[in-house]
Amino acid sequence: MVEIAKFKPNTVYVTYIAATPEQVWQALTDPAFTRQYIFGFALEIEPRVGGAFKLLTADGSTHVKGEVLDLSPPRRLSCTWGVKGMQDFGELPDCVVTYEIETSGETMKLTLTESRSWDVPSAILAGGRAGWPKIISGLKSVVETGKRLRMAMEGPPPGMIEAAQRAIAEKPWERR
Amino acid sequence: MNKPKFVYVTYIRTTPEKLWAALTNPQTIKKYWFGMTVETDFKVGSPWRPKFEDGRAADTGEILESDPPRQLVIRWRNEFKPELKAEGYSRCTMAIEMADYYPDVGGKAVKLTVMHELEGEGAKFIEAVSGGWPKVLSNLKSLLETGDVAFRVEAA
Repeated sequence: MVEIAKFKPNTVYVTYIAATPEQVWQALTDPAFTRQYIFGFALEIEPRVGGAFKLLTADGSTHVKGEVLDLSPPRRLSCTWGVKGMQDFGELPDCVVTYEIETSGETMKLTLTESRSWDVPSAILAGGRAGWPKIISGLKSVVETGKRLRMAMEGPPPGMIEAAQRAIAEKPWERR
Repeated sequence: MNKPKFVYVTYIRTTPEKLWAALTNPQTIKKYWFGMTVETDFKVGSPWRPKFEDGRAADTGEILESDPPRQLVIRWRNEFKPELKAEGYSRCTMAIEMADYYPDVGGKAVKLTVMHELEGEGAKFIEAVSGGWPKVLSNLKSLLETGDVAFRVEAA
């Protein structure tokens, strides 16, 4: 069981989208949409709290695996998030990824938050900080224009693999 | 000790030239920056003075670097909120890079990185621009990709 109170936000990315909350919700949860903006990954979700959450590659293997913590359409989706498709990061503790959709005047505000339960080095956060702007920019393009803004997933930023190896060896999240 | 700063990255379906034009054309800026009028010629050393629609000064500063279509750097101080003005000058860097090009899907993405750093100490100015930049840059992206902004009135 995830002790959600222990998780603190490390990365926050805000964007405003000319769409309805329902359209943004569909883009977040429908694999036909996620394939267009999460580097080709299809989302698979059991739509209930405690349900499984996965991002699958085109050949069906699991890239990200987690558990649904909150599913409140069309306002909030929160899942644990473990990267399983890259061997260097598979033993890091899962983070929590939360999408919040709010009405903001004439538009929608989408807030993405990546949270962790331990004092994570910025070299590890750098991977998400490179990837989220691509994902969320791509989501906005798909919703607003109907066309994907196709971008390649970058490899891990310099120092990220070393920082992950060090963390996996030292397990700072087990310290009290 | 790192200086207080805010970094925002967005990817836009456009060209570096069109993005540069949008960052430096006062008529275009007015559309995505909620009616702000910017008086400057965007040449190095020139003053930079955004004004609200009612004529009040919003910010003042100077163009520090202007390298079309790659990089624009502005020295920038708030003028309309005393507690932000008190934190002094900041340095705002807007960097344009080509991201990926996929002719098969007509995908062409330009990466825009905005880095806004305070010269001195303080947290309020950076907190204020952290709220403002996502609105302005979301509007800019919509304008370039769809021909229209996402919103005209800045929401609280």
